Amino acid sequence: MNWAAIAAIYRFEMARFFRTLAQSFLSPVLSTSLYFVVFGTAIGSRIQEVEGVSYGAFIVPGLIMLSVVMLSISNASFGIYFPKFLGTIYELLSAPINFIEIVIGYVGAAATKALFVGLVILGTATFFVDIRIEHPFAMAAFLILSCLSFSLLGFIVGIWASNFEQMSLIPQLVVTPLIFLGGTFYSISMLPPLWQTITLFNPVVYLISGFRWSFYGIADVPIFWSLLAIIAFTGLCLAVIGWIFRTGWRIRS
Amino acid sequence: MTTILSIRDLRKSYADGFEALKGVTLDIEEGEILALLGPNGAGKTTLISTVCGITTPTSGSVTVGGHDIQTEYRAARKMIGLVPQEIALEPFEKVWNTVQFSRGLFGHGRDNARIEEILRKLSLWDKRRNAIKELSGGMKRRVLIAKALAHEPRILFLDEPTAGVDVELRKDMWEIVAELKRSGVTIILTTHYIEEAEAIADRVGVIDKGELLLVQEKDTLMAQMGKKQIEVMLTEPISAIPDSLSVHQLTLNGPGDALIYTYDTHAERTGITTLLNDVAQTGLVLRDVQTRQSSLEEIFVNLVSGDPA
Repeated sequence: MNWAAIAAIYRFEMARFFRTLAQSFLSPVLSTSLYFVVFGTAIGSRIQEVEGVSYGAFIVPGLIMLSVVMLSISNASFGIYFPKFLGTIYELLSAPINFIEIVIGYVGAAATKALFVGLVILGTATFFVDIRIEHPFAMAAFLILSCLSFSLLGFIVGIWASNFEQMSLIPQLVVTPLIFLGGTFYSISMLPPLWQTITLFNPVVYLISGFRWSFYGIADVPIFWSLLAIIAFTGLCLAVIGWIFRTGWRIRS
Repeated sequence: MTTILSIRDLRKSYADGFEALKGVTLDIEEGEILALLGPNGAGKTTLISTVCGITTPTSGSVTVGGHDIQTEYRAARKMIGLVPQEIALEPFEKVWNTVQFSRGLFGHGRDNARIEEILRKLSLWDKRRNAIKELSGGMKRRVLIAKALAHEPRILFLDEPTAGVDVELRKDMWEIVAELKRSGVTIILTTHYIEEAEAIADRVGVIDKGELLLVQEKDTLMAQMGKKQIEVMLTEPISAIPDSLSVHQLTLNGPGDALIYTYDTHAERTGITTLLNDVAQTGLVLRDVQTRQSSLEEIFVNLVSGDPA
């Protein structure tokens, strides 16, 4: 393992984050506050408790997931797309490193940034609502696995994309609808029976359900399935990246 | 001299059938400067990209310091530095950080003294805290060289280092290359400027349509250039060269109306005066006299167009 190279990529990516630390910090604080003002206070006051949890507190795990997933994808996809766009990828390809080390560097940095923002949102939420975390280890595991797996997905998007439009295609057309329809702002038990069944085909449901369970002990689907879903998704992303590594798809001619 | 880079029958073809490299074989000696001359699209960049690991070869082998570039890519690549043709740099990154990054990427730990040395050598020390977007084009090229040198490579590839730069900067670049050679780095540069190859290379290779047409000591090529021809044009064609002129080893052109004399411009006596006197003695009447010199450019043009030089 070329640890110096992994560290160099990781530091380089984190430096980009620290250059815009104020934005990195303020933007999630502001957007979370807005969600609480709109959903928690204005609308939430008209919604009764969901399975014994106030609506404002109920949406916190979903809000964290929403940001963590979107940021993981955008951080990792930009991280690897930018060298392709600027032409600086020549350096990565001619360095004595393998693809696994490149992935660890970029995905590690993207996941770290997303984790940081996730924790900032959690911290911000405590100013608005009472939060309890019943299963802190499960919470940490879900959060870290989500950061990692969606950073892996972002890395794939960044390798695949050949222009900036394609970069936002997957997050906006696929991931955003899945998150909003995945129980971020509601329990799927609130849906009509047919939609409850359809929703079970949305992988994000398992993610948010499991994450919410780690907070309040309430879940839409059994926790086992949530854990299996996130592990399977991580495995799928790793398999795709492994294939990219073997074939040099879109990176090496 | 030991061979530091050995390329054997290297081929690269693409899915559409285009053959960018058609079996290139080349040995590079440690410490030399080799200039690869060739027109655009000749395969110069493909050759460099393949050796550096950016492009995967279709067949053939390359060893760097005895390490195969595919099976022992880590050891091979550690020995190579690459300065690409296009300026490709992260605009918001600081000069110091980007050079540091390159060093790390090649598996080396921090070494501030080494980076300072490189930046000073390339006159970038004063700019170390500047973001790359604040630098001029020439400075950016220097940053690319600094990045390529950050891991102390033994071979440096410079892909068109002076394409599109002004005369002054080109001279600077030549000076940098000379300095690198003095420090023991083997340099392979591609160029389509013949004067560049003349100015700095030890050997010159000519590549066209994916084939290496010639690799020769620059001095040998220069010696060919040093040869000059004088054409003595006659008013009346002759069928054979008179015996009295045989000492001059002349040749007769096709129509028989010109005598061609080849001489060395560097020689103490060119023999031109004697030749012209002897020609006059034979009673031949001169119509005109003209001289011709085969330049490296001409040799190059003839090679790539398929005609003999």
